[in-house]
Amino acid sequence: MSDSAKPQELYAKRIPIVPRSITGPFRNFKTAILVLAYAVYFGLPWLPWQRADGASQAVMFDIPGRRYLLFDLVVHPQEVFWLALLLFIAAVLLFFVTALVGRAFCGYFCFQTLWTDAFIWIEHLIQGERPNRMKLMREPWSNKEKLLKVGLTRLLWWLLSFWTALTFILYFGYAPELVVDFFTGQGAGAAYITTLALTVTTYLAAGMLREHVCMFICPYGRFQSAMYDPGTLSVHYDKRRGEGTAGRSAARAGLRTLEERHAQGHGDCIDCGLCVQVCPVGIDIRQGMQFKCISCGLCIDACNNIMAKMQYPKGLIRYDSETNLVAAQPRPGLHLEWKNVKVLGYGASLVLMTGYLFYSIATRQSFDHSIQQIRQPLFVTLSDGSIRNRYQIRLTNISGHEETYTIEARGLPAGALDIGSFKQVVVKNGKSVIVQASVKLDPARAQRLDQFEFVIRNSQGDTVVDEARFFAK
Amino acid sequence: MANETPRTPVQTTGHVWDGDLQEYNNPLPAWWIYGFYITVTFAVIYWIIYPSWPFGKSFLPGVSKVTYVNAEGQEETWHWNTRAKLLKETQDAAAMQKPYYDKIASLPYDKVTKDPELSSFVLSAGKAIFSDNCAPCHQAGGQGKVGHFPNLTDDDWLYGGSFDKISETIHKGRRGYMPPFAEALEPTQVDALANYVLSLSGQKVDAAKAAEGNKLFHSQAAACYYCHGDNAKGRPIIGSANLTDKVWLWADVPGAKDDAAKVAAVKQVINNGLNRGVMPAWEGRLKPEQIKLLTVYVHELGGGK
Ligand code: SF4
Ligand code: SF4
Repeated sequence: MSDSAKPQELYAKRIPIVPRSITGPFRNFKTAILVLAYAVYFGLPWLPWQRADGASQAVMFDIPGRRYLLFDLVVHPQEVFWLALLLFIAAVLLFFVTALVGRAFCGYFCFQTLWTDAFIWIEHLIQGERPNRMKLMREPWSNKEKLLKVGLTRLLWWLLSFWTALTFILYFGYAPELVVDFFTGQGAGAAYITTLALTVTTYLAAGMLREHVCMFICPYGRFQSAMYDPGTLSVHYDKRRGEGTAGRSAARAGLRTLEERHAQGHGDCIDCGLCVQVCPVGIDIRQGMQFKCISCGLCIDACNNIMAKMQYPKGLIRYDSETNLVAAQPRPGLHLEWKNVKVLGYGASLVLMTGYLFYSIATRQSFDHSIQQIRQPLFVTLSDGSIRNRYQIRLTNISGHEETYTIEARGLPAGALDIGSFKQVVVKNGKSVIVQASVKLDPARAQRLDQFEFVIRNSQGDTVVDEARFFAK
Repeated sequence: MANETPRTPVQTTGHVWDGDLQEYNNPLPAWWIYGFYITVTFAVIYWIIYPSWPFGKSFLPGVSKVTYVNAEGQEETWHWNTRAKLLKETQDAAAMQKPYYDKIASLPYDKVTKDPELSSFVLSAGKAIFSDNCAPCHQAGGQGKVGHFPNLTDDDWLYGGSFDKISETIHKGRRGYMPPFAEALEPTQVDALANYVLSLSGQKVDAAKAAEGNKLFHSQAAACYYCHGDNAKGRPIIGSANLTDKVWLWADVPGAKDDAAKVAAVKQVINNGLNRGVMPAWEGRLKPEQIKLLTVYVHELGGGK
């Protein structure tokens, strides 16, 4: 019976992908990024940092204190636009890189890729190379070796997932204390719920779903291909070279050297299938560019290893652009196509926005203020007939240390401003105070004046000037 | 596409009618079924933890409990319900405010106003207490209402605007009274008095009438000076108004259309007297620390001395 006579399934069962491990420059690059990313992610909450107030932890998202501590920078909610700016920069960086080198983000930097890579590494460590793993997979669960090895793999996966989840919550509290609280049952409910949720999702995403996340869930994957143009670099199989006129063929006797192959019309691909075996998303790159490909370059490493062994020139699979591949005389080597409006535009906005972010961080005010006129009553007549308006001034000190502020008025006769008991307002770091100010004018002046300015100054000389209104009717 | 509709194998229930009419069996997907079982389990757990089923005249209270300290300082435990939860949360909030209240209670008034953190607390907590208790009469911002309730944001005080006086007023309440003079005086005499009173704060008046009023004011016939003082500046000890300043409480002089209306407004007060200057005592209704905070708040409304 042929395949087509079989009843068609509505849902194709997933065929597990068991990638073979490989060595090579792309693999090394990927490993280096993994090590660096893990070192940063798992290590950062434990990095101590000397700070006048607040936890001595280099990076902490202090939710109760409503601030983010990033080394020596303290970010307050009113600076939320920095976050918006940062997200914008991240998005443009993604576009920029994608336009140049395709889905490089997917292959090397994405959390999903990194964690899947680590999970595969554990799998490889316990169960051995691809053939061993595939053999184990076929065994029934009654097989003791399978039970032990696969069981141990899954256990390690759970442990890594759990540590990943726990590390996440460590960013929200003082890590050394939080860990103790967590394991002694004193942690906040949210900590346990978050850890549980992240443990399960990490396990599912990196252990079970894997490439399905990239294919069906991830939005980036969908729109990254929209940024491709023929000049964009991506992983390609050089079909012309690989297939020749008579197609690829194994390196049988008589077909071992390039001369022999070319003489019979065969291409350079010896159909060893290694590039398919190493692919973590389970595709055959020789069928052309595919949306599933995450540009991880492992097939390049695989094929280059084979080419080296066969003593053929490398680069049958390589980073290249579509234009170059179909060119009559393809240029050898890597060529970044950056001389177009799209790439230059992304680049320019990247530089601009990053510059602005740094400028904004460097020049931010050391305090935050708001001046509100008291509207109930808007003005009051005093016993001598003069008119008084009142204002509430809120000062928030975000300078990192205790500060003293002076509040003055410009455009008022001397003595008209009264700020009660506070000639100087001392505010602790990170705290806000409300100061009441009142302005009293004699009836004639009150009718003429309707605007003046508040001048707030700290001891460092940082000054803000705010307009205020005066009402007399 | 349309003409190659996949022929999906489906199970049938085995029921057949009219020869070929079969009942298909298309089960729900497994994830949906498991989701349903999870909701069932969740419901059962929920019944056990929280109050659920009516049960004769009572109900299943659930195992979850809420413990809080009641007003008498005793610990009370209820089965979980929103009322107990509110009481607990109220109490938790009070516990968070306590250090501030304690500090305010232990410090003299002027120390409180000189501490930026404490005075910020007074401004926000005081506003809440003021809105709940005082605002119905004195209005949300303490601006009062001419003819009814004193303005607390100006610098004029019937009974005195020092911390101690304000505190005394809140604790004990006040009862202001002015007798009606319509029976005792002739209309012309009332007219003269009104002109005199208005002249005291620099309003335009009939000078002759005002001179007449001046005499009456200080005479035994009207005896105004007895309460308002020889200089008409009022006597805080009994809460009589200062008639020489520009602040008016009982007669709506600032709101009057013209000079005649001003005279009429004052005459109205002299004729009918006043029996509405009543402020209740808050001693039994607010806690001492609340009154202290309120005292500072009112003092800071603008008129404190
Ligand atoms: S085809 Fe090559 S580059 Fe693409 S995902 Fe597979 S191994 Fe990575
Ligand atoms: S690894 Fe290279 S030679 Fe081997 S099948 Fe893939 S493309 Fe052909």
